Amino acid sequence: MSEAQAAPRMPDECGVPDPQQYMHPTLKKNYGAWDWHDRPRVGVLHHVAKSGDEVWTVKAGTQRQMDVHTIRKLCDIADEFADGHVRFTTRSNIEYIVADQSKVDPLIKKLEGEGFPVGGTGNSVSMISHTQGWLHCDIPATDASGVVKSLMDELYQEFTNEQMPNRVKITTSCCQINCGGQGDIAINIQHTKPPVINHDLVANVCERPAVVARCPVAAIRPALVNGKPSLEVDEKKCVCCGACYPPCPPMQINDAENSKLAIWVGGKHSSTRSKPSFHKLVVAGLPNTPPRWPEVSKTVMKILHAYKEDGRAWERMNEWIDRIGWPRFFELTGLPFTKYHIEDWRGGRNSLNASNHVHF
Amino acid sequence: MANKPNTPMLDQLEGGPWPSFVTGLKRLADDEGKSHAPIMKSLLGQLEHSYETRKGYWKGGTIGVRGYGAGVIPRFSEVAGDYPESSEFHTLRIMPPAGMHYDTAILRKMCDIWEKHGSGLIAFHGQSGDIMFQGCDSENVQTSFDALNELGFDLGGAGAGVRTSMSCVGAARCEQSCFDEAKALRMVINNMLDDMHRPSLPYKFKAKFSGCGNDCVNATHRSDFAVLGTWADDIKVNQDEVKKYVATLGRKGVNDQVVNMCPTRALSLNDDDTLEIDNKSCVRCMHCINVMTKALSPGDEKGVTILAGGKRTLKIGDLMGTVIVPFHRMETEEDYEWLVELSETVLEFFAENALEHERTGEMIERIGMINFLDGIGLDVDPNMVSHPRTSSYIRMDGWDDEVTKWNSRHGAAAAE
Ligand code: HEM
Ligand code: SF4
Ligand code: SF4
Ligand code: SF4
Ligand code: SF4
Repeated sequence: MSEAQAAPRMPDECGVPDPQQYMHPTLKKNYGAWDWHDRPRVGVLHHVAKSGDEVWTVKAGTQRQMDVHTIRKLCDIADEFADGHVRFTTRSNIEYIVADQSKVDPLIKKLEGEGFPVGGTGNSVSMISHTQGWLHCDIPATDASGVVKSLMDELYQEFTNEQMPNRVKITTSCCQINCGGQGDIAINIQHTKPPVINHDLVANVCERPAVVARCPVAAIRPALVNGKPSLEVDEKKCVCCGACYPPCPPMQINDAENSKLAIWVGGKHSSTRSKPSFHKLVVAGLPNTPPRWPEVSKTVMKILHAYKEDGRAWERMNEWIDRIGWPRFFELTGLPFTKYHIEDWRGGRNSLNASNHVHF
Repeated sequence: MANKPNTPMLDQLEGGPWPSFVTGLKRLADDEGKSHAPIMKSLLGQLEHSYETRKGYWKGGTIGVRGYGAGVIPRFSEVAGDYPESSEFHTLRIMPPAGMHYDTAILRKMCDIWEKHGSGLIAFHGQSGDIMFQGCDSENVQTSFDALNELGFDLGGAGAGVRTSMSCVGAARCEQSCFDEAKALRMVINNMLDDMHRPSLPYKFKAKFSGCGNDCVNATHRSDFAVLGTWADDIKVNQDEVKKYVATLGRKGVNDQVVNMCPTRALSLNDDDTLEIDNKSCVRCMHCINVMTKALSPGDEKGVTILAGGKRTLKIGDLMGTVIVPFHRMETEEDYEWLVELSETVLEFFAENALEHERTGEMIERIGMINFLDGIGLDVDPNMVSHPRTSSYIRMDGWDDEVTKWNSRHGAAAAE
């Protein structure tokens, strides 16, 4: 066949697709010319354009890692109620945009009937953004989809209601590299033991210069072990970050017993009111207990409950804590404060209290 | 593995009200006769094994498509002996349309492709924004990519290169939007495609685009090049609508929830229930506009603030992006071209000056902000700092020249 001679297909480097071709026609028509919006109910945004056109957006939670059957079901719903258009949010919620108000209630009914919770708007707890975990990453000490599914079951009421002082963003990461980032509550795995090195394999598969360079605290040194080139780790220096594993899989950091979950609070990306802030450690040492991680859920719910009770309207979690102070935060949540809460990494002194300001 | 494995632990993740990914995996495993059914049976077995032993069993490798050096994340199973059909389970990172808009026709085509060549499992979306087509063997990577590429989709980033980008919904549906995020994203990223598809940078480089300070795609903290919309003139006020908010929220409500929450004390409620705004103090934080969406809106002189150097933990700890351009108007085609040029300059400077495995923010910390600004040709501005220097250990013999520069710039600005 002539196939053998045909030049191989080279990629069309088409880059980022133009969204206009997929956009709901009313959005396209009023692009850049919106006037105001409100929220008629939880899970629904109502936007009014300067032209007078109106759209209702119905937001629903998904499981993010979806089988094609689920995606097709979501498409069927879009075809029936939303003129065949959808968009996704950065937190894997799906948004149906409807130009005809009479379709809003039937759409909500349909989504809920098919098991997709409607919510995630305003002062709710939105879907947890998550990383890959056991399903796909090469260094995870825990699962991401499983922790998130378990937590979202617990948080269902908070997703479908807007009862928090302000919006709550939760993120998870399955190793200390923390692809998942930070949020009002960030949950991430901490390795608590330095890597175990399989010296027999190092010579074969390890990119040794890369792994030495990768360590943030210069804890890794080249060494000769049993006459073969290998590596050694200064265990006093090691901060158990896991960064050495990808370039050197024989430096095994995954550990069923000693990988624990930690919870951090008060991260905020936006510049709304206060400047963006980083998350801060509040709990460590939670056991890694599949399939439902009850200890993690319990602690997250405790923190959320305290914030819900005590936060004022529009205060994000970090702003609430800034007002009440850390002593009161630990008191209200019933969580212990330890020496590990005191920063000793770069710039650590900036986080100490250099004033007479104390809370009682 | 002919039969669906027993998965007592994963089964527990099917309970509860939230949609379950496990149910989806099982549905795919049940698709008897389809090529993805055996893959998914095997994957369920491996995942259950991870749940039992609390360990992951994937290792990386190198897999790519013709012409590109990145965008496919190779995964080989370490327990392939027990779970052979999912021994190769690679991910294709595919760039979504800006703003993540789809029609059902395109989504159905993606499903058809992935059902035919892959596992039938797709994540909308990864944390950097990619559509992640998860679960493909080495042989099908090229055919899947070709099919998706024919649909008008392209691979995203991985490794030491430019990464996939995100923009907020912005102009498509949000009245707060201060520039055309989708256009900016497409122009900037499409200009960097070579550094995405053939990665040879010191490390990853991410850019993100949010239409205002609400920063719905987390650009500030999570991108090396963050573009945030803002405005330079006054907030627009509809005082009649303000009065309606006062009528519903009450004066105390408006004072507590709007006036007293302004970070720069720029707001004051007048005795006649109109709102007074000291626009010179306003930092465009969006709070008052978010609360009173009908009464307040961004001004007319719209543009962007640009920050550089945000990133997560490795290697020196978290870094927030910092302002390198306090304001640039975004109106004409030239403005967008200016943005593309700036992004290119920053990328080139990073490519030439960062150390191996060093992000833009770490490079800035190592060489100093002044050297970075010099390198990319931007002038200093007090908006770039929280406060001026406190340490007195510095040589300042060039002071007079710098004062002259500042005065000449300001003289020029005043004369405009
Ligand atoms: C083998 C190692 C790694 C794997 C398998 C991995 C996997 C991933 C995946 C799947 C994503 C989402 C991608 C997407 O949405 O397109 C991601 C995002 C991310 N990764 Fe990694 N990652 C690895 C190493 C790292 C390292 C070393 C760092 C940091 C130093 C890092 C930082 C991040 C961050 C910050 C994000 C989120 C970016 C954003 O939201 O914009 N990752 N990673
Ligand atoms: S957080 Fe760590 S384990 Fe999880 S996906 Fe990112 S690199 Fe992998
Ligand atoms: S775990 Fe991190 S700190 Fe420890 S040796 Fe590896 S790279 Fe270094
Ligand atoms: S960042 Fe601003 S413009 Fe963009 S969607 Fe959010 S609120 Fe709207
Ligand atoms: S936008 Fe923010 S800083 Fe400006 S007046 Fe409103 S609340 Fe104050």
